[in-house]
Amino acid sequence: MAREESYVQMSAGFNDSELISRVLRGDQQAYAGLVHRYQYYVFTLTLRLVKNREEAEEVAQDVFIKAYKYLADFRGDARFSTWLYTIVNNTCISFLRRKKLTVYSLDDEKVFNTAANREAGYKADTVEQKSRQAMVNAAISHLKPDDAAIITLFYKNEQTLDEIARVLGLEANTAKVRLHRARARLKELMETHFAQEVKDLN
Amino acid sequence: MNTQHSMEERLWEYIDGTSAAGEKQLIEDLLRQHAEWREKYRELLELSEALKSSELEEPSLRFSKNVMEEIAKLHIAPATKNYINNKIILGIGIFFISLLLAILVYGFSQMDWASAESNSISDKLGKIDVSKFFNNSLINVFMMINVLLGLVLVDHYLNNKRKHFRKVA
Repeated sequence: MAREESYVQMSAGFNDSELISRVLRGDQQAYAGLVHRYQYYVFTLTLRLVKNREEAEEVAQDVFIKAYKYLADFRGDARFSTWLYTIVNNTCISFLRRKKLTVYSLDDEKVFNTAANREAGYKADTVEQKSRQAMVNAAISHLKPDDAAIITLFYKNEQTLDEIARVLGLEANTAKVRLHRARARLKELMETHFAQEVKDLN
Repeated sequence: MNTQHSMEERLWEYIDGTSAAGEKQLIEDLLRQHAEWREKYRELLELSEALKSSELEEPSLRFSKNVMEEIAKLHIAPATKNYINNKIILGIGIFFISLLLAILVYGFSQMDWASAESNSISDKLGKIDVSKFFNNSLINVFMMINVLLGLVLVDHYLNNKRKHFRKVA
């Protein structure tokens, strides 16, 4: 364990491909550096897709385990993060499919009811934190997994539109259209359901 | 609604920095001239900033330890390119292509090109004599083998599924 800790500290000096080649040479502990570097990004993405903290953590762990197992297949023609988020996307999709989770959709009557029910809770949250960011996060958590994923990949996980297209298995142009649509939905959601909070903040 | 929509889209592209050079200049002009565009721009920029500045979610403290413990039991799988042998795939390809070619050559050699009875190729194709190869017993044996293989496959699949359910339970 002590070695793992030291790797986490040391990993700051290594770039991704150096750490990967160390792992591939059999130095398993070097993987701790990669986990440490990407755990927040991967967890944020899985949480936006899966919506439930415990399940998101389980899925995120699964992602890192899979990435380790198939690390030899990472060819280095894209960034490691892009490859990793592709695994996140696939793992989340199969998790959601297995769970047959009720997918929140803006066209869905249900989301409005849920949003209305939860509003009190979020209001308390935002009164406490009084931050626009918390409200944005709350609104994202009400989006459909597809929309939430594309917004998170673009704004939080620092992926370009081309990389997002690769992660989601889309054409670059489709990714662009989907990002526009997701942002429009987020905005609409914030205007209709978080209107009071927006007013409070301004 | 449509113009509103395209305005938003163009402004988003401008904010993301993905709009073309000419378009960029055009939007800057529009922003200077129209209060409506400025208002929308401010609104979208605010949302974009909020999205960028929102914090990442933190997993539990044990997260990386859990992962490291799990992978300690694992070995890295060899890269796919190491165990997929291209020569075998090529061999399978050559086999099927030569099979198709053989059928075609056999078929064409049976055709009576000189005959004037009918001009269409489909008529001629109907007359190809395949009974030499596809007599009934040969087809029956072939189908039997297929059915047997299918049953073995289904059995294997169902067995795996049962094991998986037991594991989950």
